Amino acid sequence: MGATTTAHSGHHGHEAHHHHQESFISKWIFSQDHKMIGKQFLVTAIFMAWVAVIMSLIFRLQLAWPGEGFAFTNFFLGEKWAPGGVLDPNMYLALVTIHGTIMVFFVLTGGLSGTFANLLIPLQVGARDMASGFINMLSYWFFFLSSMVMLASLFVEGGPASSGWTVYPPLSALPQTIPGSGAGMTLWLVSMTLFIASSLMGGLNYVVTILNLRTRGMRMTRLPLTMWAIFITAVLGVLSFPVLLSAALLLLMDRTMGTSFYLSEIHVAGEALDHMGGSPILFQHLFWFLGHPEVYIVLLPALGITSEIISTNARKPIFGYRAMIGSILAIGFLSFIVWGHHMFITGMNPFLGSVFVFTTLLIAIPSAVKVFNYITTLWRGNIVLTPAMLFSIGLVATFIAGGLTGIILADSALDINVHDTYFVVAHFHIVMGMSAIFGMFAGIYHWFPKMYGRMMNTKLGYAHFWVTFVCAFGVFFPMHFIGLAGAPRRYYSYTEFTMFDGVMDLNVLVTIFAIVGALAQVVFTYNFFYSIWRGPKAVQNPWRSNTLEWTTPVEHLHGNWPGPIPTVYRWPYDYSKPGKEEDFVPQNVPIEEGEEEH
Amino acid sequence: MTKLLILLVLVLGILTIAQLARVYELTSRLRGTREEDISPSDNRMNGRLMMLFLIAYFGFFLWLVVAYKDRMLPISASEHGVETDWLMNFNWVILLIAFVLTNVLLFYFSYKYLYSPSRRSFWQPHNNKLELIWTIIPAAVLAVIIIYGLNTWNKITDHPGADALQVELYAKQFDWTARYPGADGMLGATDFRLINGTNPLGIATPESVEGRLAEIDEEIGVIEQGLGAVLPDARIDELSDQADRLRRHKQRILNLRTVMQNDITVNGAASPYLAGADDIVTKDFYLPLHQEVEILIRSRDVIHSVYIPHMRSQMNAVPGMTTRLKMVPIITTDSMRTHVMKNDAFDFLVLCNKICGSSHYNMQMPLIVTKGAEYDVWLAEQMKKPFQGAPENATADAAAPATQENTGTADAQKAPAGMN
Repeated sequence: MGATTTAHSGHHGHEAHHHHQESFISKWIFSQDHKMIGKQFLVTAIFMAWVAVIMSLIFRLQLAWPGEGFAFTNFFLGEKWAPGGVLDPNMYLALVTIHGTIMVFFVLTGGLSGTFANLLIPLQVGARDMASGFINMLSYWFFFLSSMVMLASLFVEGGPASSGWTVYPPLSALPQTIPGSGAGMTLWLVSMTLFIASSLMGGLNYVVTILNLRTRGMRMTRLPLTMWAIFITAVLGVLSFPVLLSAALLLLMDRTMGTSFYLSEIHVAGEALDHMGGSPILFQHLFWFLGHPEVYIVLLPALGITSEIISTNARKPIFGYRAMIGSILAIGFLSFIVWGHHMFITGMNPFLGSVFVFTTLLIAIPSAVKVFNYITTLWRGNIVLTPAMLFSIGLVATFIAGGLTGIILADSALDINVHDTYFVVAHFHIVMGMSAIFGMFAGIYHWFPKMYGRMMNTKLGYAHFWVTFVCAFGVFFPMHFIGLAGAPRRYYSYTEFTMFDGVMDLNVLVTIFAIVGALAQVVFTYNFFYSIWRGPKAVQNPWRSNTLEWTTPVEHLHGNWPGPIPTVYRWPYDYSKPGKEEDFVPQNVPIEEGEEEH
Repeated sequence: MTKLLILLVLVLGILTIAQLARVYELTSRLRGTREEDISPSDNRMNGRLMMLFLIAYFGFFLWLVVAYKDRMLPISASEHGVETDWLMNFNWVILLIAFVLTNVLLFYFSYKYLYSPSRRSFWQPHNNKLELIWTIIPAAVLAVIIIYGLNTWNKITDHPGADALQVELYAKQFDWTARYPGADGMLGATDFRLINGTNPLGIATPESVEGRLAEIDEEIGVIEQGLGAVLPDARIDELSDQADRLRRHKQRILNLRTVMQNDITVNGAASPYLAGADDIVTKDFYLPLHQEVEILIRSRDVIHSVYIPHMRSQMNAVPGMTTRLKMVPIITTDSMRTHVMKNDAFDFLVLCNKICGSSHYNMQMPLIVTKGAEYDVWLAEQMKKPFQGAPENATADAAAPATQENTGTADAQKAPAGMN
């Protein structure tokens, strides 16, 4: 293992990097090479995503055809949780909870940031490896361990955590109130603690590497937007995840040591509890102090990836590079002072609510700037619609659709009537779920040749995109209407009253789209794993891109560049620059005499 | 069997797609084209699909609007809700303009500017004027949205008027209970330690405090008697823990008694500890038309949320604190049935809208809005009823109504039927 710490060589030191003869374990398992760690994150995330997708199919079946038995449900849950294939109400809540937890944290945080930050940071800033290869490796293994603990929680007595992915106490603190708040909840907290440790180790590494290990000439204003996005994401994570950690630890103490941080005046299961003086609202403040930046932790890397891909495939510089950086910074800053918009109706002081209305709606400005800049980048471009490009354009579409409904939810007076309804479910799945996963797919298709030295099948990529894109809207668009009819989220069924009968046929439509959408992911998974071994061999710079990662050889080697690290002379967006023969000029090409730097 | 067939078809379908892709890959390898070279025909096809998608997207949206517009929430039955709805529509207009504009441009450009080797992209790294314009326009529009929004929000969350009727909604897993002030027009004080079978809301009055103290003494007595027998150690620990806990509670209730007595001495008849005796505790939730009500919301166990979609009202019920919402109902249940919904079974519903446990989806209570005179009649009837869990009955004969109290949702569902 020791032989692999080559990160220190930086830009100066020993240039000639020979292929070390590595043992199987240090190459494939406890690897400290950032490229391998990135791939480990990705494969783990794909597995976790499948777990969460199957969960969503199970509860979608229940929502479309409440009370009916399905062999599919029974197959996965058995007789205990799905007698005769009919989903148990407690298990329904557990599935909703774990689906959210896995998707938000394990797929879109660990999977997205973990994969692309690790793969791209050293390659795009021009470094031999991460600042600390060892901590980077630990980051993955904590993530892996945390995934295993989360999966293990599915098998405990009482089922996994069931109080929603936001785990609001007292429901999550008192096993008397819901079976999932027993051992399942304890494992949830343990898993999240490991996850936070992993994400902090990763985040610190990302920040340090981007700040300190840039190659000669790589000024901050020459960084690719992917790097900017990942940099700000890492800063957000480092500043906000510790707060979630403290929230989780306090909750753990309330559960096990009899403290009363979140509990007060509770009478449950026939007896008055001793807890006095705590406040459930405190947990919500702590949770959303992470929870809202978390939305941008999920979204910003996707936006960064998309900026890169849209510019490359439109063969046109990203429009308003500095405005794009500015809006990333603005979004990052504002994301810390908007958390209260999740709490308008918790009994929080209404004046405080108005402050959060104001700050939240401010975020719409940098977001709008980003959308306009993407669209202008496409205008009069020379667009190559690769699968990665399609997913990037798809991201802009979902970002628009979901971002606009965010304006309604940020307006506290309007939020009252749509809060916790399907309108919210539609909103955040489109703006955060779909956008981020589209960004992730775009990144996978685009950097697959960098990861595995082979190409993914384009035709399957097209099929994957179009079915996924149509199904994404087919699933989440009708949910706005279910929500506007007043239907609350996290309901096991809507058959106990007639109020929502008029919109329940939409639930069938949604479920059908969800099933088809899930099948499209089979195509993707097949394409991904098949191409790792059997895909056509890639060339060094298949997309004719400017960034530094495409100056490394196709075959991976420790230290990334066989010779010296290239020096950077220009920004990464010199596409179709007038006076140049090719329609791209890589960053390591010196500025010619008389040439202006964009 | 059909399911198996469906599965088989699906698997075969996916295999077919995969095989077709392989065939394509092999032929392109023979032709010498590379995977990353997107052929002009592929590019065109995807560009056309972009336009097709745009049309389908807007078509789907329109279809949803047309087909489901009558199945959304009907007109607001509360005063502030009318303003909320107006604000919502105002926002929709702005959002729809932005939605159509950006989507049309996005998909049209993706279709229009497809790659051609004979053409170069327009070199345009930035354009400050343009960027300034589209920073300022959203900022200005958002300023308008913020001002209108906060204006409405301030009205909704403002203090209720002095003559507002106070009603309490009390949440527990998995039902709602309403409490109305009795003849004194004032809701009594409460304490969660006083909750028992006959006092489900823990109303604090001198009688309920004494009753609860006696009850605890009795419980401690039973436990101590039990400890006299020969028992396994674990059981002894458990029982003595229980007794300790009860003693702690007793001490707290004794403290409460002191506070109460002081309050009564100082405030006399105005003390909230004297106001609870005539409170009306009921599973029926009635509100008078055109009367401002302030709903005080409490929870016994976990967080719940009072959500009354037809009133455009929502507020969480948080254990350990009292939250409030105010509203003025402007349509009676009867007119909703005959004029708005044309459905005799219609009821306003209070739904729980914060995940609260296994029966979260069925934690509902109908709300009946009637004209003031009818409401007064109803209220007078409630006052005459033997109080369900009244402090004066707390010790002896109220056991029967108390068990009814605990049957929860079943009762709540029966209530409207009884009304007709």
